[in-house]
Amino acid sequence: MSQINLRKTASSSPVSYLRKALNSPSVLNVLYVPALVLFVLFILYPFLRGIQYSFTNWDGYSQTYKWIGMQNYSRMLTDPDVSRVIRNTLIYGLGSALFQNIIGLAYALFLNQNIRLKALTRTIIYLPAIISPLIMGYIWYFFFQYNGGAINDIVLLFSDEPVNLLGQPGVNVWIITMVNTYQFLGVAMVILLAGLQVIPKEYYEAATIDGANATARFRHVTWPLLAPAITVSVVLNVIGGLKLFDVVSALTNSGPGYASASLSTLMYLLYFGRQDAGYAATIGNLMFVIISVVSFTILYYLRRKEEAVL
Amino acid sequence: MTRRPWWKEGLALFICLIHVLPFYILLTTSFKAADDFSSKWVAPGYLYLDNFINAWQEAHLDRAITNNIIVTVSAGVLLVVIGSIASYPLARVRTRLNKAVYGIFVSAMIVPPLTILVPLYRFMVDIGGMNRLWGIILLHVTFALPMTIFLYTGFIRSIPYELEEAALIDGAGRFKLFYRILLPLLKPITATVVIVTCVNIWNDYQFSVFFLQRSEVHTITIALSGFFSQYNNYIGWVAAGSLLGAIPITLVYLLLQRYFIQGLASGAVKG
Repeated sequence: MSQINLRKTASSSPVSYLRKALNSPSVLNVLYVPALVLFVLFILYPFLRGIQYSFTNWDGYSQTYKWIGMQNYSRMLTDPDVSRVIRNTLIYGLGSALFQNIIGLAYALFLNQNIRLKALTRTIIYLPAIISPLIMGYIWYFFFQYNGGAINDIVLLFSDEPVNLLGQPGVNVWIITMVNTYQFLGVAMVILLAGLQVIPKEYYEAATIDGANATARFRHVTWPLLAPAITVSVVLNVIGGLKLFDVVSALTNSGPGYASASLSTLMYLLYFGRQDAGYAATIGNLMFVIISVVSFTILYYLRRKEEAVL
Repeated sequence: MTRRPWWKEGLALFICLIHVLPFYILLTTSFKAADDFSSKWVAPGYLYLDNFINAWQEAHLDRAITNNIIVTVSAGVLLVVIGSIASYPLARVRTRLNKAVYGIFVSAMIVPPLTILVPLYRFMVDIGGMNRLWGIILLHVTFALPMTIFLYTGFIRSIPYELEEAALIDGAGRFKLFYRILLPLLKPITATVVIVTCVNIWNDYQFSVFFLQRSEVHTITIALSGFFSQYNNYIGWVAAGSLLGAIPITLVYLLLQRYFIQGLASGAVKG
């Protein structure tokens, strides 16, 4: 057993009490005090202050602010920008996770075979994931920019007018999703590849002997045994997409207007662009709720599926 | 030996080409002279390095890379120290209190720190941590701690307790157990922790852009974003700057890629 039993012992004098305390395993708890202090100072305390600010009209720099009750929240519920930004954020989160895992699974199944170029392919597909998302945004900007972008070089071969892909609301949201997918699908691939490699070969042999064809082997061996890896990969990618910030800043700077903003970039613009700190804190709280609810729901749903499929 | 069908090699090559395309465009753009308006698809037939020289000087990349190294190394060291010692009692002394503390740390993993940006900014101003490297280092450490503690605790729990028990019977103190017995065993998970957390710290933009506004403390991403908005029309400069900014971590990745991919996979599969 790796667990330590805590025995309660009677202490007679302060000295022996101290000795007992120093001997008890709980004395080790002092080791997590530094971590706990950082957590309280930089996460818990700001989190509570954030709830407080969301009920005020604070501008972000003055020493004084007024208590305005639920006004920020009622404003948020009726703000058309906010509903649009929530939709964008969900597209960034769920859309990227969907594409990353479909393509990532296809790549993982493909590379889980005897292929000479396997190592090289894996290295190249994963490479974008270690580069800063901001720089990745700039790299793709050279494709999509209006004047002299790589895509418009091709478009101009067939038409007289270049297309303004990044300036079109609706289109640019999907471009940002695509760039995020390109950058992080290597993560999904690596996780799923690791999941595939721990499935025992004997299972496939047994299934083949029982007369299962490739489709049946995938359906009844690979899929159920890969389910835990898929859960991890989906949840990681959803969280990554829901807090998207860098790529949006690099490609469209949330524009035109707030057409391609995510909740993170909206909060940034409200705070630093419009000194609307109380409202920005409210958006932060909304983002906290959305990300927690979406991630825990998906985690719960997929874990249930895992159990059902096994 | 099984036969290797040629079309699979061809498909692998095709996938590689699709994925390096953005880097190809980055290269052609960054090596092209300012008066060369040819398509980005066409590689320049000459050697032109002015974009790199200008980007390096105008974006002050030497200073930015130095700051990046200071921030990432300090945060990494602090993370390993604070995270590993914190995980020891959380893994071994499983009282109700410690289970609750562990639960709080781990649930903080899902919640993005960006949601508390507004109050955090105010707090950093109040403690004088704005535009200070120590300020951003402490933030990075705090936000990466949940993942670090999660990985270390899981790993320590998988180590049999008998070793420590034997040492305890021999009269070793409880703290000695940690650094004599456990610490040497933590090397592989430490590699994972460093890779998983330090890549994010090195690449960070969303925090540094708020807390490192003065140019002396700019890191690579902040230097580049300032440079990009200032020289938006000099697309060759921007490309060269992006390329230079991406080179350090790409080199580390190519040298240590086995650890990167293993680290990620083991870190994630345990999640």
